[in-house]
Amino acid sequence: MKISRRAKWILGGLTFLVLGFIYIPLAVVVINSFNPSRTFSWPPTSLSTVWWSKVFANPDVTSSLFTSLKAGLGATVISVVLGSCIAFAVARYKFFAKNTISLLVVLPIALPGIVTGIALNSAFNTLLQPLGIGLGLATVIIGHATFCIVIVYNNLLARLRRIGGTLEEASSDLGASTFQTFAYVTFPMIRSALVAGGLLAFALSFDEIVVTTFTSGASVQTLPQWIFNNLFRPNQAPIVNVVATILLIAFMLPVWLSQRLSGGSAASSRL
Amino acid sequence: MRENRVSTWLYRHPKSRLAMLLSAPLTWLAVAYLGSLATMIFSAFWSVDSFTGNIVHQLTLTNFRILFSQSVYGVIAVRSLGIALFVTIVDALIAIPIAFFMAKVLSPKLRNFAVVIIILPLWASYLVKAYAWRTMFSDSGVLAWFFKPFHIATPGYGLFATAITLCYLWLPYMILPIYAGLERLPDSLLEASSDLGASAGKTFRRVIIPMIYPSIIAGSLFTFSLTLGDYIVVKIVGGKSQLMANVVYDNVGTAGNLPFAAAAALFPIIVILGYLTFVRRSGALENF
Repeated sequence: MKISRRAKWILGGLTFLVLGFIYIPLAVVVINSFNPSRTFSWPPTSLSTVWWSKVFANPDVTSSLFTSLKAGLGATVISVVLGSCIAFAVARYKFFAKNTISLLVVLPIALPGIVTGIALNSAFNTLLQPLGIGLGLATVIIGHATFCIVIVYNNLLARLRRIGGTLEEASSDLGASTFQTFAYVTFPMIRSALVAGGLLAFALSFDEIVVTTFTSGASVQTLPQWIFNNLFRPNQAPIVNVVATILLIAFMLPVWLSQRLSGGSAASSRL
Repeated sequence: MRENRVSTWLYRHPKSRLAMLLSAPLTWLAVAYLGSLATMIFSAFWSVDSFTGNIVHQLTLTNFRILFSQSVYGVIAVRSLGIALFVTIVDALIAIPIAFFMAKVLSPKLRNFAVVIIILPLWASYLVKAYAWRTMFSDSGVLAWFFKPFHIATPGYGLFATAITLCYLWLPYMILPIYAGLERLPDSLLEASSDLGASAGKTFRRVIIPMIYPSIIAGSLFTFSLTLGDYIVVKIVGGKSQLMANVVYDNVGTAGNLPFAAAAALFPIIVILGYLTFVRRSGALENF
């Protein structure tokens, strides 16, 4: 099929328009964070960094930032351990119900967040509340880890399939023990995929709001929750703009890094 | 030499190795996830004592009776399905030409760059993206400013803003699978079609669309499922309108009726599982 010159131009123009559709709203948020006016109106009449200097003096912002970091770290550690276990099992062994297990791993992210959220919420309320354990950071970490497992799993599984098992077999044929093979052969080859998966799991947890809302209780507030709670308060709008811009930029970094570490396949592991 | 003995034992017992690998993650997923899902499904059959506000652990169909008898929930269910369908169709219509341009027109170097450009906003904060559209649709916002010289009034917050924002949020989920499908489609197939006399339009309809159909289905799974579970976008740009997920959210939060919320949450689950089995049966997911 010859694609005519005209068709190419039309398709290119469309792509360009859609890129505009994707990026203009994000650019508006960034520009708005430099808008000195308290009430929002477009276009801004002048630019200033006045709200940027105020944001870190806001105790709610800094404390929810730390909560988000703690939740993200906890969820990342758990999901890296559990996700790698499943990835190794699926990549290197044949067993009954393999398909069911890979479906089970994907399910927490395939079903909408509100389903995972309310399921965890009703389980915590029914089973933990009678034991005197309330909702808090720990329940948030459990929730996040559950849907982050799939990200680590996808990244590592792709890597394990690509490198195959022959090098590991060669290593044990040459007399290396199970542990030596893992330490000197397997681990160096999967390290970057693990880091990429971990970074993406952290990014996913850091951004999550739906499962968080249902598992956090009244005492814990993550950064996305802070944004959501202050979104509808007009006098908080300038600070919300700044925090939103920080989140936006903070995200490009881990994704870009993981993309480089994995040789370009990591970021699609969310699909 | 203790370590060596352990190592040899492990080497000789692959089943034990497998059991050790699987025990922790499967326990986690079974207890934390499947256990929770089961509790939720159970609690959909409980009720709340209207006097004390405590949950009554007795099986009843009250929640479902309310869901099916009050017309407001029927309206919300139809509206949720309608928006999910709208978002899926619009995203597919946008994604097919874009993905085609990326996979078949751009040079390989530019192609990778385009993929990164499409993927990056997928990872940008969900909440920030929804918030961005609040500033776009506000009365003194970007759209109002842009359309003012043409004397076009913007619709403001409401269902239309919700639908557009959802299309925006899930667009990369549609573009990437279709792009992957088109990349796997060999150029020689398209050439063969035109050598046999098919016009570009006919090749598109008779060769390209059937070949990327599984990718479109995979993408639609995301747009459909994510839309049905969303309550935040409606809260941010939807004005007073409600979707099914809002019923769930409001009953957990302000109303404090967890059993009713669980019953309402079964709606997206049933719709998505139904769609999933339909898709699996059509064989569209075999490559994913």
